[in-house]
Amino acid sequence: MRTIDLIRFALGAIVSHRMRSALTVLGIAVGIGAVVLLTSIGEGVRQFVFAEFNQFGTHIVAIIPGKANTFGMAGATVNTTRPLTLDDAAALARVPDAIAVVPTIQGNASVEFGKRQRRVVLFGVSHDMPAVWNMAVRSGRFLPREDFRGARAFAVLGSRLRDELFGDQNALGARIRIGGETYRVLGVMESKGQMLGFDLDDTVFIPAVKALAMFDLEGLMEIDLVYRATTDANSFRDRVKAAMIARHGHEDFTINTQDEMLDVLDTVLNVLTLGVGALGGISLLVGAVGILTIMTIAVTERTAEIGLLRAIGARRAHVLGAFLVEASVLGFAGGLLGSTLAVALVEFIGVVLPQMPVRTAWEYVGGALALALAIGVATGIVPALRAAQLQPLEALRAE
Amino acid sequence: MTTASGATVPGSVIELSGIDRDFQLGEQVVHALAGVDLRIASGEYVSVMGPSGSGKSTLLNVVALMDRPSRGRYVLRDTDVTALDDDELARARREHIGFVFQSFHLVARMTAFQNVELPLTLAGIAPAERRARVTRALEELGIADRARHRPDQLSGGQRQRVAIARAGIMRPEILLADEPTGNLDSASGAQVIDIMERLNREQGVTLIVVTHDAAVGERARRRIRMHDGRIVADISS
Repeated sequence: MRTIDLIRFALGAIVSHRMRSALTVLGIAVGIGAVVLLTSIGEGVRQFVFAEFNQFGTHIVAIIPGKANTFGMAGATVNTTRPLTLDDAAALARVPDAIAVVPTIQGNASVEFGKRQRRVVLFGVSHDMPAVWNMAVRSGRFLPREDFRGARAFAVLGSRLRDELFGDQNALGARIRIGGETYRVLGVMESKGQMLGFDLDDTVFIPAVKALAMFDLEGLMEIDLVYRATTDANSFRDRVKAAMIARHGHEDFTINTQDEMLDVLDTVLNVLTLGVGALGGISLLVGAVGILTIMTIAVTERTAEIGLLRAIGARRAHVLGAFLVEASVLGFAGGLLGSTLAVALVEFIGVVLPQMPVRTAWEYVGGALALALAIGVATGIVPALRAAQLQPLEALRAE
Repeated sequence: MTTASGATVPGSVIELSGIDRDFQLGEQVVHALAGVDLRIASGEYVSVMGPSGSGKSTLLNVVALMDRPSRGRYVLRDTDVTALDDDELARARREHIGFVFQSFHLVARMTAFQNVELPLTLAGIAPAERRARVTRALEELGIADRARHRPDQLSGGQRQRVAIARAGIMRPEILLADEPTGNLDSASGAQVIDIMERLNREQGVTLIVVTHDAAVGERARRRIRMHDGRIVADISS
């Protein structure tokens, strides 16, 4: 029997039960649609989170105090972690291929100008911050390049803070008070918007040494290093590590490269996408049971037809093939319908509500189609085998 | 009267020797066929008659390769078919045997044309040739104008003619009919018998008809009577 004739035969059987076949296809379509839709949401969230993180430049290495991978009981062992100091930051700036260094402190502080006062997020940083964090100065200039340890009391305002404190007045050159000390406003940052619900414009930037004193901290929270784009991330990381061990005597710090951070993030978000995809898979399971049921009924109903086919010379393989093709077509048609609807919906949302983090996950669409076909074959195999095993004579007698 | 004897007669297309067919019915073993010896030559016209349960349908099913004998030897055109496997049997049915059923057994969702075409499709014959052969067969049986109709739009006589067209489409040497007039009125029944006799007369098809109807049975040149799984009479005229 020619393959095309086998397929035509199976299609004839499907079309002869329009309503029943349509409902079966719909069952799979709902399942596949759910999988595609949910994974598209997962993919959208993934891309959204990545975009949020990537807005802070690339080729960054972050050094934080303490060894993240050491095991041990707090208090039971002597804490030998030395704080990260401004001297460390200055030393790291001299590591070959380092092109910018930002010692970082973060905290909350109250900023006063005249009678106005606002609590904002305060960053203790250095001259290199705008380049490293991909931020731009809107007016005035950023903190001057000078020795970390002797930096003067200058401040740069986030755009929101400037608007709240100064309104129509000129902020540049104004004197503000932060934590009881007077600072001169050197510049105002370009608006950066929000990141994961955190307002990046309601901020103030001062030299790290001043922040250390203000919060009475022993050491920095983080040192961000930017390396030359042509440098290999791993070898640079090794040089940073060597420089730090030379200063601290042992490895009491952790180095995170951005690639590693993104890797971890990627893993987490992929698991998330897979998880929601599995949720959609539950409805797919219901659809699969639908095909199994319909195919089982079809074999029972068409027992006499199977007997006839065998009587006029159909081999077992023909019968098996006909029912398998029938189940596969039902599965694949459901997959096609479901993914078409889901992709259409996702693309529609993308146009109408572009801020929604929903992006078509094409590799999942392809996977969903293959899955639908596989479900058709898998659910069809038992009924098809049963049909093929029927004895022609006994099958013919069934009416 | 001729009875089967040992030697192979040239031209014999069906040769049954010592055929038993047992069925297990609960505790009891029923011998539907008991020691049947039968030889049918090419081009013969044979009727098989007998009361219900005499084994005449079982005999036909064994000859049709739809049922395997419990014991005995069946040689179909020089091939011992008792040794064939399932796929080989299917192939032998397709190539050598046409079967006409009492209840027609047409596929309800298919048109008359598609029903007749089915054996050709199963044999993997190309569509152009299929179309030509089916069209010719429908014309010969006077149902060309019904080609696009489904079985439920046809009369009983027309359905059985479609079934005969299907049985003959592969040009088999043997045409078997199990109560072909059983579901038809006498006029349609006569037409159906007439068509099958024409195939026997004009194309030399070996025709075996199992029937209850004495009027139908008497038309055959060779008449076999069965009782309790045995051939009790075999009369040629």
